[in-house]
Amino acid sequence: MNLDFTPEENAFRDEVRTFIKENYPAALRKAQDEDRPLTKEEYLLWHKVLAKKGWVAPGWPKELGGTGWTPTQKYIWSEETARADCLPILPFGMSMLAPVLYTFGTDEQKKKFLPDIYNGDVWWCQGYSEPGAGSDLASLKTKAERITADDGKEYYIVNGQKTWTTLGQYADWGFFLVRTDPDAKPQAGISFLLIDMKTPGITVRPIITLEGGHEVNDVFLDNVKVPVENRIFHENQGWTCAKALLAHERSGIAGVARSKRNLEKLRSIANTERSDTGSALLTDAFFRRKVAELEIDLTALEFTELRTLAGESSGKGPGPESSILKIKGTEIQQRLQELALEAVGHYGAPFLRDLSGSNAGVGPDYASGLAGDMFNGRKTSIYGGSNEIQRNIIAKAVLGL
Amino acid sequence: MDFSFTEEQSMLRDTVASYLADHYDFDKRRAVISKEPGWRPEVWKAFAEELGILGAPFSEELGGLGGGPVENMIVMEEFGKALVVEPYLGTVVIGGGFLKHSGHAGAADLIGGVIEGKVIFAFAQAEPQSRYNLAAVTTTAKKDGAGWTLNGQKAVVIGAPFATHFIVTARTAGGERDAQGISVFLVEKGAKGVTTRDYPTVDGFRASEVYFENVSLGADALIGSADNGLPLVEKVVDEAIAATCAEACGVLRKLHEGTLEYTKQRKQFGQPISAFQVLQHRMVDMFINVEQAVSMTYMANIKVTDDAERAKAASAAKVQIGKACRFVGQNAIQLHGGMGMTDEMAIGHYFKRATMIESAFGSVDHHLARYEFLSLGKAA
Repeated sequence: MNLDFTPEENAFRDEVRTFIKENYPAALRKAQDEDRPLTKEEYLLWHKVLAKKGWVAPGWPKELGGTGWTPTQKYIWSEETARADCLPILPFGMSMLAPVLYTFGTDEQKKKFLPDIYNGDVWWCQGYSEPGAGSDLASLKTKAERITADDGKEYYIVNGQKTWTTLGQYADWGFFLVRTDPDAKPQAGISFLLIDMKTPGITVRPIITLEGGHEVNDVFLDNVKVPVENRIFHENQGWTCAKALLAHERSGIAGVARSKRNLEKLRSIANTERSDTGSALLTDAFFRRKVAELEIDLTALEFTELRTLAGESSGKGPGPESSILKIKGTEIQQRLQELALEAVGHYGAPFLRDLSGSNAGVGPDYASGLAGDMFNGRKTSIYGGSNEIQRNIIAKAVLGL
Repeated sequence: MDFSFTEEQSMLRDTVASYLADHYDFDKRRAVISKEPGWRPEVWKAFAEELGILGAPFSEELGGLGGGPVENMIVMEEFGKALVVEPYLGTVVIGGGFLKHSGHAGAADLIGGVIEGKVIFAFAQAEPQSRYNLAAVTTTAKKDGAGWTLNGQKAVVIGAPFATHFIVTARTAGGERDAQGISVFLVEKGAKGVTTRDYPTVDGFRASEVYFENVSLGADALIGSADNGLPLVEKVVDEAIAATCAEACGVLRKLHEGTLEYTKQRKQFGQPISAFQVLQHRMVDMFINVEQAVSMTYMANIKVTDDAERAKAASAAKVQIGKACRFVGQNAIQLHGGMGMTDEMAIGHYFKRATMIESAFGSVDHHLARYEFLSLGKAA
């Protein structure tokens, strides 16, 4: 039992650090510093650099382009990319769809879709949630009827509505859960379809979230014709794929490395801001207590994640206990956002951000956007299976209740 | 980076667990603590002779198993599961810690005595007005020829009735709460001028108020350096905190498991109460608390050997464990309903131990303040 890195691991850390320093796209860094919404191209700049280097898919099997890193190397990677404030790789294709594809897809499907995911040439979006199916995902109603068309080929005709489709406005393709057997039990009648977003009948409509951003969308499907060969796994067994995907969505959701970085930001803000008595806010008895408790909570989460990693490296894989990481990770992320907003006092209020990201000289730079981040951050305990659903998962799968 | 246990460490755990399963069930313990002397010297003898665990954290050249804090952690976690009252913490972790780190001339002999089960230490540190401040020492040791004369009172010295020796903090210079001027002494319990008032504690241990009246100490009674003993005290107490956190993990696991089991068999409104979501989520939150406590305990026991990180790690862990003890302990009783209030069920006994661990070596507030100072600097 020890926390030491081997000389090889230390060398790897140096290599990663140097690579980021020398190769992180300057244009993307500038856009992040300006705190403005990214363009589609900007979102993919870092992805493409990593794809070229062979480091874009640490989670994939080695023969498909994975890095073959040990869990410790992956840990170092996530620490270093967070420390350098690198844009996270978009998860939709890379860590949500790809594991479903390489676990359940045919060779043809893998060959057709995985390279484009790897290279960042196709932007994927997720078509899971519906207006009436959130945490109770299996109650989804979007329906797909199988027909034989005039060309003699089989298609699904898809009708329904998906919602909360993150960054769907940029998507080239989407992976959708649809009901193929309306008479079966909820979980039993679902299939997993890949749909080209340019197919006639698809409409993407923005949902503006409370902080004013356009991140999520409604997706309407009106008689959308999908070739049967775009179905992953068996008809009516899409739930198996969906569950596998949700487990992957949970792992990594702890965001420990990013929270550590945000804690540093919070401490730096609280060292600059003043308390009522004029001393640094971080010396204020009440405020520093909240920071200290959060820091300790984050340490506990970090070591829980390390224990999970150690379990994975001994071949146990991320189990239902990764739900702990989701619950605690998101609670901590939200707490960090709350405290940062609290720290800036009056300057949490001005709403001046435009597309250039400027705070127009009102208040300190670091205060701009903190309220928006906090508002937007409320989503984290809702998405990916709400934290209440995570508790149900632990109750059932771990505690046997 | 490695979170696995070696084969020897797993064997140590199995040895302790299987001995306790055979000799330390709940009813047996309850009978032992309800009457004098409140412990079983024969169990201690078995720890020394059959199990050999009293040498767990000592080097092989001293006759030990060559382990360290991780071995203490393993033993203490198993002890927590069985609510062991025998004085491993005071003797092996604290007494052993002072001897190992101080370079005391008699250390090898005394550690030999510890390993054989013949030397038993109790840590006489707290005083009636000291609260958790390790520098708040009014007991005095005045230079007297080559030795010292010791006067004062020590409060709630856990395990004192079982001890052969006390490790005593005393002021050799400076004012009541000065960091400088503290020295550590080894005092035989039978020495002239040492008296005790013995009593049970609420969680089934035994403790004493210990009085020193003109106790004459030789030069060799001093452990570590004169007047500058506080850093050594802090180091050993941090190790004791790491070990106590491990004990807490054992206690917390039993509280959580016991609650799961009970709610599965207790029926109300025609169904097991474990079917109610409100209780399920409570038990999940208890589970999260337990797992986070285990994570912090690993962290503390790994970092406690690193002097740069030790204090912060120990305080962080003690905060987390203190909160977990309160949350898990109180909810375990709550979910047991009226049965949780009875003396006959084990759950209440684990709850009482958890509650005492909350404030052992400093409460959550104390360690938060210490952590804040170490991590964030001075308060305004």
